[in-house]
Amino acid sequence: MTALSSTPLLNVDALAVAIGDVCVVDGLSLAIRPHEFWGVLGQNGVGKTTLLKTLSGLHPPTEGRIELMGHNMASLDRKTIARHLGMLTQQTRYAFEATCHETVLIGRHPHIGPWGHEGANDHAMADQALHQMGLADCRDRSCMTLSGGESRRLALATLLVQDPQVMLLDEPTNHLDPANQVSVLNVVGQQIRQHAKGGLMALHEVNLATCYCSHCLLLFGNGQWLAGPTHEMLTTQHLSKLYDCHMRLVDDGEHQVFAVGA
Amino acid sequence: MPIKPSVKLVLIGLCLGLPASLWLAMSWGSSGWLWPHRLSPEDQQVIWALRLPRAVAAWVVGALLALAGVLMQVLLRNPLADPYILGLSGGASVFALLGFTLAGTLGLTWLPIPLWAFAGALITMVLVFVLAQGRGAWSTTRILLTGVVIAAGWGALISLILALGPDASLRSMLFWMMGDLSYAQLSPAWLGGVFLLMALVWLRARNLNVMAQGQLQAQLLGESIQARFWEVYVLASLLTGIAVSIAGAIGFVGLIVPHLMRLIVGADHRLLVPAATLFGGSFLVIADTIARTVLAPHQLPVGVLTALIGVPLFLLLLNQAIRIR
Repeated sequence: MTALSSTPLLNVDALAVAIGDVCVVDGLSLAIRPHEFWGVLGQNGVGKTTLLKTLSGLHPPTEGRIELMGHNMASLDRKTIARHLGMLTQQTRYAFEATCHETVLIGRHPHIGPWGHEGANDHAMADQALHQMGLADCRDRSCMTLSGGESRRLALATLLVQDPQVMLLDEPTNHLDPANQVSVLNVVGQQIRQHAKGGLMALHEVNLATCYCSHCLLLFGNGQWLAGPTHEMLTTQHLSKLYDCHMRLVDDGEHQVFAVGA
Repeated sequence: MPIKPSVKLVLIGLCLGLPASLWLAMSWGSSGWLWPHRLSPEDQQVIWALRLPRAVAAWVVGALLALAGVLMQVLLRNPLADPYILGLSGGASVFALLGFTLAGTLGLTWLPIPLWAFAGALITMVLVFVLAQGRGAWSTTRILLTGVVIAAGWGALISLILALGPDASLRSMLFWMMGDLSYAQLSPAWLGGVFLLMALVWLRARNLNVMAQGQLQAQLLGESIQARFWEVYVLASLLTGIAVSIAGAIGFVGLIVPHLMRLIVGADHRLLVPAATLFGGSFLVIADTIARTVLAPHQLPVGVLTALIGVPLFLLLLNQAIRIR
């Protein structure tokens, strides 16, 4: 599959998603184009993860259509989807001992034929991803011995090695200290800008969304949503409604940040 | 992937282990060392007609159990899973015990015990498959719970049969349940069959690596998980069913061998599958050789020996694992 830069990488049309009794979105239409980094914001339990799973083809929508690089996702097999779309799941649990290098290398799986094996290039990609995530020193360490933050970065490194055009990230900054949050999102942002990828991440840090996201999708619950460029979406009015609490904008003359009002 | 020199050495050693263990089993017996020192026609008869077929049976059973253990651990994503965890040995045992007790009454004495056992394993496999499938989606938790509950049910039936069964067959029943190779005889052609099965699994080794990452991650990396998981389930169950039918429920091999090999060659199934198969086979041949010689003329159930050798070996390697890798 190839995509012209003007065609959306991921196109969603009149999508309705529900899980149990919760209606996540109703009539959602949006397009993720190359170079765009979307943020998904909403209260706990509003269905951000379910939406991400739907967009990766793992949870069937009740209505609507998803197109990946111009192809109806419902007609694509998992391997084809995995070559073009990858997702960082909210939690990662490793069951067996394996070195970080071995773990990250598994990200190449969709790109290698059934009888093939990883070449020098794949190993180099794995090492580079570990380096980008600040895990170069952990190359030969067991994935079972990593801290929460390290294993988060290991999972992200696996996604980088998978090298998909569309990256879905479910709370990528979980378990990360502020410095690592910024460095990890810098890497993701750089990938999106330099390699004409598209990204969509669910997160709770509004101020990270203002820094990194070009567009935002706000999920209000009961299927209501609002989507558009970040500067239009992230206003005190929208955010106060979104989180059902008073949000205010703090401006020290250099930076503007959102904070929960007293 | 470049294989580390230490791991290469281990793999070469494991390949040599097959002929070495068979040679040991053929030369050592209750009458002491036989080969190559004294070779009378009677000795030749003992070696080729009794010891070799039994050693081949031991190797095949050990290799199948180890391979099934690797698959079951990936399937349930749990390094503590063994081939019997889903009740296959229980089902096989119940049917084998029924064979011991009821075959005469039912006029089925022509049906050998291994076939009774295999039928029990197959019925368990289908039962767990049907009951665990539920609404269709694969769930590790559901299959594990279903299997464990069915295993518990078989356990109760085993106790019932043992309590009500005739005293005369009690000893052979107990031996069968602990795992016994006394009556197991296989032609060397079976070795080829095991290698063929191992090669089949090996072709899927990279998929196993991905499946070991968990259901969600495996799907995101391009595996059509539903088909793949049932495929592994059926294969692991059949391997276990064959092994149990040949030699009864030999414990420990299917749990410890995959674990042990993971400590030595790592988690990559392209190395783990052949390593576990080869080691499982040789390990059981050696254990069985000791079981039939050490207290000769008494024969110990080989299942006792696998645990007696396996426990200290495993603890030692667990301690040394970091240095080995």
